[in-house]
Amino acid sequence: MAITFQLNGKKQTLEVEAEMPLLWALRDVVGLTGTKYGCGMALCGACTVHVNGEPVRACVTPVATVAGKNITTIEAAVETKLGKVVREAWIEAQVPQCGYCQSGQIMSATALLSKNKKPTDADIDTAMAGNICRCGTYNAIRAAIKDAAQKLA
Amino acid sequence: MDITLLKLLNTPNSSVNKGQNRRDFLKTSALASSGLVIGFYLSGGNKIASAQQPPKANASPNAFLRITKDGAVTVQVKHLEFGQGVMTSLPMMVAEELDCDWTKVRAELAPANAVYAHTMFGMQMTGGSSSVINSWTQMRTVGATARAMLVSAAAQKWKVKPEQCRAENGVVIGPAGQRAPFGQLADAANKLDTPQKVTLKNTKDFKLIGKPTRRLDSAVKVNGSAMFGMDITAKQVPNLHVALVKRPPAFGGTVKSFNVDKVKGIPGVTHVVQTANGVAVVAKSFWAAKTGRDALVVEWDLESASKATTAMMQASYRETALKPGLPTGKVSDGAALNNLKAAGKTVTAEFEMPYLAHAPMEPLNCTVKFDGDSCEIWVGTQFQTVDQGAAAKVAGLKPEQVKINTMIAGGGFGRRANPASDYIIEAVEIAKQAKVPVKTVWTREDDIKGGYYRPMFVHRVTAGVDAAGKIAGWDHTIVGQSIIGGTAFEPMMVKGGIDSTSVEGVTDTPYEIPNMNVTLHTTKTGVPVLWWRSVGHTHTAFAMESMMDDLAKQAGKDPVEFRREYLAKHPRILKVLNTAAEKSGWGSALPTGRARGIAVHESFGSVCAHVAEVSVEKGQIKVHRVTSAIDCGLAVNPLSIVAQVEGAMVFGLSAALYGKVTLKDGVVDQSNFHDYPMLRLAEMPKIDVHIIDSGASSPTGVGEPGTPPIAPAVANAVFALTGKRLRTLPFNLDEVSKA
Ligand code: FES
Ligand code: FES
Repeated sequence: MAITFQLNGKKQTLEVEAEMPLLWALRDVVGLTGTKYGCGMALCGACTVHVNGEPVRACVTPVATVAGKNITTIEAAVETKLGKVVREAWIEAQVPQCGYCQSGQIMSATALLSKNKKPTDADIDTAMAGNICRCGTYNAIRAAIKDAAQKLA
Repeated sequence: MDITLLKLLNTPNSSVNKGQNRRDFLKTSALASSGLVIGFYLSGGNKIASAQQPPKANASPNAFLRITKDGAVTVQVKHLEFGQGVMTSLPMMVAEELDCDWTKVRAELAPANAVYAHTMFGMQMTGGSSSVINSWTQMRTVGATARAMLVSAAAQKWKVKPEQCRAENGVVIGPAGQRAPFGQLADAANKLDTPQKVTLKNTKDFKLIGKPTRRLDSAVKVNGSAMFGMDITAKQVPNLHVALVKRPPAFGGTVKSFNVDKVKGIPGVTHVVQTANGVAVVAKSFWAAKTGRDALVVEWDLESASKATTAMMQASYRETALKPGLPTGKVSDGAALNNLKAAGKTVTAEFEMPYLAHAPMEPLNCTVKFDGDSCEIWVGTQFQTVDQGAAAKVAGLKPEQVKINTMIAGGGFGRRANPASDYIIEAVEIAKQAKVPVKTVWTREDDIKGGYYRPMFVHRVTAGVDAAGKIAGWDHTIVGQSIIGGTAFEPMMVKGGIDSTSVEGVTDTPYEIPNMNVTLHTTKTGVPVLWWRSVGHTHTAFAMESMMDDLAKQAGKDPVEFRREYLAKHPRILKVLNTAAEKSGWGSALPTGRARGIAVHESFGSVCAHVAEVSVEKGQIKVHRVTSAIDCGLAVNPLSIVAQVEGAMVFGLSAALYGKVTLKDGVVDQSNFHDYPMLRLAEMPKIDVHIIDSGASSPTGVGEPGTPPIAPAVANAVFALTGKRLRTLPFNLDEVSKA
């Protein structure tokens, strides 16, 4: 079926199965591969995108449910004013190792910072709880979020 | 340091293409018409031993270094980048000797080619924490050779002697202050003979090596543009299909029959093909392939499949451990063991470690385009040479007809270095039958259930201290599967029935333990096993360092003091131990409810110690802080080293707290991150990593040595806090809460 939504600020119409997860619609149909697959069960956060500004696990989100909504993926999220600050903070803290989880980490972090200008450690713990990093970059992630918050203040 | 480049043509080697002269080889590439391209092959002993098959003209510019007219310096990185930072550390070594402008340096992953062989292991591979050390002389020589040629080109241009010129920050400077950027000299340099001899810098003259240096791959890893193997789409490989494979429920099962009735008509599904290990559904997208696989009905023949049940294996391993196994390199006579029995205080301990999955963040995948007489593969692999050979066999081609494009990988931890090339062979089988380009993708469930685990082990140790508080003897029996047995590495790594990876870290312990006797029982279970970040040290360090702690208690000594007594001849290890202890505030007071534990372990040529500060709350172990020290020889990139020690520590901590794969009747119980959990951000301890400035002139391993000591450090801290010894991994929280 044809499903239309806003993708990174542009209208996108896809001819896909209604129950195909948004993740695979983005990766295999649109060809945007910045959003990653890690578990397919909303357990790792690698696939995090923003749906109307909220962080959502694209791997368990049937594409039909986002019809008419605003989807932002990593490719566009790091180009906003806030996103650029976060991206630079990530480089400053030298966060990525293998890098595979980092799209999802950054999507969770930008969602947090867009609502909470001064996240506490506990806020960061909660916002990032759904994102696994197998390389163990967690302390660098925390430092980068705090650094970005400071720069955005 | 002088490096003599042997005359390749004089080196008898059947694989040398006799029609190719040395200079052609050194400056391989049809594309060399623009800019300087340098590549050569160093083998053991740091001599150029043989030029293997030079790359075909249509291959990518197979060389280590390319300098183009715009001054860009591109380094071909022969190892897999999977987080450890080789795309930065290897270019640093080249750039150091090249004296180029670091901001102009780029890194690319090299394809499979003999020129990129590991200088110690003779095949292209990434493992054993050896990427930096085996490239150490090779990459610096590449840089120094190119610099010499650029300087010569400038000297010719200015009609002066090369000795009158020097290179600095990407520019050659002449005696009269003439300046020529590398890019402008590259073409002329490429026409010169390659120098036979270059001089490498003294370590004290390093400008880049040893400086905290940011990764070259950061930018693409924060905006979603980094291309992992998983990210190959029809944009890169037109008409790309996706395959998922239904594999047997128990290892060793085979397909009896399969029924595609329910698969037919699923939109996007194009093929169903049988492989040696299952049935693949090929489709236009992952989702279609998954839907097809869910609908596929396969009848399995499980007659000869593994019936392994880990609960029963635990009991049988424990029983086996009661009898001595095959003698290892550490043998003590019976009298010595009697000595032990007569010792004042003995401890008998059983340590139990489960199967572990690698669970790299990027699930396994492999893209194959098979054209009948050639095969192109895109894959994140640690084992290019082995995979190329295996793929060729399945494809019915010669290895040189198989092109492997090495993709950056989302972790690997050993899983992408499989002597059986399992996920590559399978992907080739599928593409060959489907006759379309196919990306075979593993789901997380496939990954966790797919085998090639860190083997399950039981260690049984009886050790004791005499009245003077000295170790009287140590009797150690190890039970578990061999990782190496049955692979091509067996002749090299299994001696007298002893797989060195089963006993490393025990038989070669640096502790001077009198009367130490170590034996090994090698089991067979049908569950496929593989090296997992730090290999044998993952289990041996736990047994050794827990035991040392226990004996310190028996001797009534402080755990650090006690260890020092047995390390008198090992100043390097002592320094690491002492540094970690001191920086952690060892011996100073902690808030109530907290305690410290320490462990130190040598692996991959390096020594790492962790001090863990823990509390136990509501039956949960909480690790608040880890203080680490590492001696990894000459520290090439301190930023990478800190990141790797942190990462390796977390990797070990996840396993110690949560990691286990269990089986019932051959079927794996776990499937995804809910039942094979990893540490999350909120649980992450603070960590301080101290790199020992050892004054060494060459580097040692970094990627793995941080893993082994964390489990024992935490167990020792829990012991200090509760008096309860945790000897089973993952830690059994019930045991703690009862304490
Ligand atoms: S892939 Fe969606 S949460 Fe893991
Ligand atoms: S950087 Fe590798 S999984 Fe996070």
